[in-house]
Amino acid sequence: MALPKLVIRIAADDEIRRHGKEAYPNESCGALLGRGRVVTDAMPLPNTSEEGSRRRFRIRPVDYCAAERRASEMDAELLGFYHSHPDDLARPSQYDLDHAWPTFAYVILAVEGGESTALRSWRLREDRSAFDEEPVALEPADGVGEE
Amino acid sequence: MATKILIPTPLRSYTAKRDVVEAEGATVGELLANMTEQYTDLRKHLYTNEGTLRSFVNIYVNDDDIRYLEKEQTPVTSDDTVSIIPSVAGGRRS
Repeated sequence: MALPKLVIRIAADDEIRRHGKEAYPNESCGALLGRGRVVTDAMPLPNTSEEGSRRRFRIRPVDYCAAERRASEMDAELLGFYHSHPDDLARPSQYDLDHAWPTFAYVILAVEGGESTALRSWRLREDRSAFDEEPVALEPADGVGEE
Repeated sequence: MATKILIPTPLRSYTAKRDVVEAEGATVGELLANMTEQYTDLRKHLYTNEGTLRSFVNIYVNDDDIRYLEKEQTPVTSDDTVSIIPSVAGGRRS
């Protein structure tokens, strides 16, 4: 069954791409804030991986709590997280799958040679066996969508 | 006496949208067992198939991570608040 689309406001898409390029060749990561299936804000967070931030990211509990708090202050919801895959596809890895939380959107940005390319969004299946891709639509702040 | 457990956003769809639930138990392990008896779909997201807490699931008693206390044997009372706090991790293909 096809998943409904995730709408990402253009300003949030810009921020995810800016962060991915800035962090290259390391992985960037951050939180997705908004309402329902509309991401209005991207919140960059520190990558604290101790396994090598060129191929891993980790968001600490304290930063996770900061994202929940920011969402609450905005009267919004924590909708998921983004991270970049430097010089790799915007597809989840087995490591992504092993560490995934249910119901969250997992947005992955491919960054090739320092330039951002594909941005795709994934959701964990209920039985944790795989991710399913959800379509992404970009939308300006005042509403009209573009695929 | 019941102890309060704070539920993070991604698990609230398994607790009827509640961000706080109550469970019974004298230790963190007993408390989580009682909670997952009430909300059975939570179990697979908190525990591995071998029955251990997943590495990216952090359990705090008040402000303290149970890894630095007595892990799942950490005692709890009705005055404590237990929090489930995610670590979020991933990365590209090796």
